[in-house]
Amino acid sequence: MVGVSPAPLRLVVGDERAVRPRPGARVPVVESEAQLRSLLRGLSGVDAVGADARAAKLATRSLKRETKRAAIDLALSMVDLTTLEGADTPGRVSSLCAKARRPDPEEPDTPAVAAVCVYPDLVATAKAHLVGSDVRVASVATAFPSGRASRAVKLLDVADAVAAGADEVDMVIDRGAFLAGRLGEVFDEVVAVREACGPAHLKVILEVGELVTYDNVRRASWLAMLAGADFIKTSTGKVATNATLPTTLVMLEAVRDFAESTGRLVGVKAAGGIRTTKEALRYLVVVNETAGSAWLDPALFRFGASSLVNDLLLQRRKQRSGAYARPDRVSVD
Amino acid sequence: MDDRPASTVSALEYDPAPESAAVARLRESYGLFVGGAFVEAADGATFETLNPATEEPLARVAQAGEADVVAAVAAARRAYDKVWRKTTGPQRSKYLFRIARLIQERSRELAVLESLDNGKPIRESRDLDVPLAAAHFFYYAGWADKLDHAGFGPDPRPLGVAGQIIPWNFPLLMAAWKLAPALAAGNTCVLKPAETTPLSVLVLAEILQQAELPDGVVNVVTGDGSAGAALVASPVDKVAFTGSTEVGKVIQRRLAGRGTRLTLELGGKGANIVFDDAPIDEVVEGIVDGIFFNQGHVCCAGSRLLVQESVAEEVLHRLRRRVDQLRVGDPLDKNTDVGAINSAAQLEKIRELTDWGEREGATRYTSPCALPERGYWFAPTVFTEVAQTHRIAREEVFGPVLSVLTFRTPEEAVAKANNTTYGLACGVWSEKGSRTLWVAERLRAGVVWANTYNRFDPASPFGGVRESGFGREGGRHGLEAYLDV
Repeated sequence: MVGVSPAPLRLVVGDERAVRPRPGARVPVVESEAQLRSLLRGLSGVDAVGADARAAKLATRSLKRETKRAAIDLALSMVDLTTLEGADTPGRVSSLCAKARRPDPEEPDTPAVAAVCVYPDLVATAKAHLVGSDVRVASVATAFPSGRASRAVKLLDVADAVAAGADEVDMVIDRGAFLAGRLGEVFDEVVAVREACGPAHLKVILEVGELVTYDNVRRASWLAMLAGADFIKTSTGKVATNATLPTTLVMLEAVRDFAESTGRLVGVKAAGGIRTTKEALRYLVVVNETAGSAWLDPALFRFGASSLVNDLLLQRRKQRSGAYARPDRVSVD
Repeated sequence: MDDRPASTVSALEYDPAPESAAVARLRESYGLFVGGAFVEAADGATFETLNPATEEPLARVAQAGEADVVAAVAAARRAYDKVWRKTTGPQRSKYLFRIARLIQERSRELAVLESLDNGKPIRESRDLDVPLAAAHFFYYAGWADKLDHAGFGPDPRPLGVAGQIIPWNFPLLMAAWKLAPALAAGNTCVLKPAETTPLSVLVLAEILQQAELPDGVVNVVTGDGSAGAALVASPVDKVAFTGSTEVGKVIQRRLAGRGTRLTLELGGKGANIVFDDAPIDEVVEGIVDGIFFNQGHVCCAGSRLLVQESVAEEVLHRLRRRVDQLRVGDPLDKNTDVGAINSAAQLEKIRELTDWGEREGATRYTSPCALPERGYWFAPTVFTEVAQTHRIAREEVFGPVLSVLTFRTPEEAVAKANNTTYGLACGVWSEKGSRTLWVAERLRAGVVWANTYNRFDPASPFGGVRESGFGREGGRHGLEAYLDV
């Protein structure tokens, strides 16, 4: 659990929406590719028109007053503040870490973000700048973002990140193998990475923009969860289509159903393209009304984003003072 | 994860997000719209329309008597003979486009007014009723100058004066369904809105004035059933009625032998058929949209869920979870999913039929949602273990009440779906296209939705068979009801 405690939301006692695992729930042991294939093909299909319509309807929810204030703080505490550029330097990472710890120095009660997300070679730098805080260090690995490298290289990449102190590893699945139907290969790779992670949490990036269909997203979600993912993550942020509301809806349905049938709660990370408070709050509504309140927690839901934080900070100030602050009041990074 | 404290179960409990009632610009009283002007009833009679969510009066509205209906029909006749029959298609198009745009311009006012008078959630009036009403005018505006190409031969003629009686479930939208094709085809109209929901149609009348529609082309007579009866008895060339099967039959009897054209859109007992290979999450949404949309006050509501026995347990588990989530309450709150029942009488009818459901042995599941103290409310309800013989499986409840039946084979699904006196709408849920088509062509219903429910489009004809009525509204087919063909 991330040490940052989100602003307390009003407690709903005995919430009916909380997921209750069915009696005898357990994670099935995958013994063969054939078994895995039939398991994934046995999942219900997704009607794309219906899924889009459901997401669009949830996007009309209107969060006001106390709910909005609490939701903004919750969203802040769920951000994986990310920099994944070829031009990343220790200086850039250190300024990002400062921002992660104290996003808004003029408003000291602003919650810290959940994690800082960097490439493996900058994990040690990030770790050093976050000593003494509850902000975690997440590292992408496994030949991010394409994943086009041998298994050995990917595992070394992971080992490197973990050795440098990464608390969380964001791996990419082999989309080529998935689309070619070599599901066993994809599964085995996630299992191997899971092992290489040791105590670090594993986020499995599905790269939904390359899987394209919701049916694929649902199957890939289950594959990753069966292989031991702690989180399933929409995208790398490096392709044309990243997180979308309906894709995230489909993934949240997957973690809800997985929790019910296995008793294991897996998190969801929506990454790429979420830039405004308005969008972020829509995601929280979808979380709330799909997976349920248990997922309204940085331990089970994250935003992979960079510019989102500043908009959250501006909207947070607006909620408190009633007026919009100039964009220069928040730090540029 | 493992070290999460178990006690932090919290939920986003949405604070009230009400739309402002002032937007509706309510007035104390509303008159009849006859010959292009708002007038009082000849005998000065009025009635009160209530806000069903609070039981408080909204406004007083003129009660049309026989003399008023006669005057309205005479105004429509004059307008037909002197003006409207002589207009060209492009001229009628121009008026219809104007009306459509004005509905869009005043959409917020119309949406709030509709929710106040009807009790439906603002999300639905804002996102469905009002945009669809505008869409119908836009659609038929496009037909007005293309009637030669509608498939009814060259230069099809209008019928003359149409008497149109509409229900309370979609007041503005039903007015648009009736007026747009009638005007496009060159008819003039006398429209009678339902007694409990006259207000949005009267604002539409204001819009017609704004659009400078010639006087008398559309007239609105408000009032109870007696005004409707007077309209049916008057010398109109066409009667179009949407409402209950009971009243539809009375109208058909009254018009027998008179040569007046008639189209009826009546009740329904729609079956939503779910096969074991259906996309389950979307199925649950489709069931909810099918029966809880507009509080179930929908003639084509999917009030019977026919679910394949092999997936019944799974579907019902998910459905109950979803029903619990429905937010019932203030229609003006933007986060409300299910609003108020339209009237005390309707609430009484729903209660009577659901009591019968229990008495006849079905198992009742009611959403645990809290209901407001004042107003007319009915919590979303699902009956399982319903048999074909039960009243809740045969009669139209017209409320947020779902009856669940199971089937084993496609043949049985079709047989059960067709085992009703109605025939308005059905839904089929399956990922297998060939099965969907096989079922669809055997269903005796005017509308069959595949992997969706309660989806409307002005280009798509809508209407029933058997006791759900005859005639089509919407699409090219909708023109036929107003042309002498």
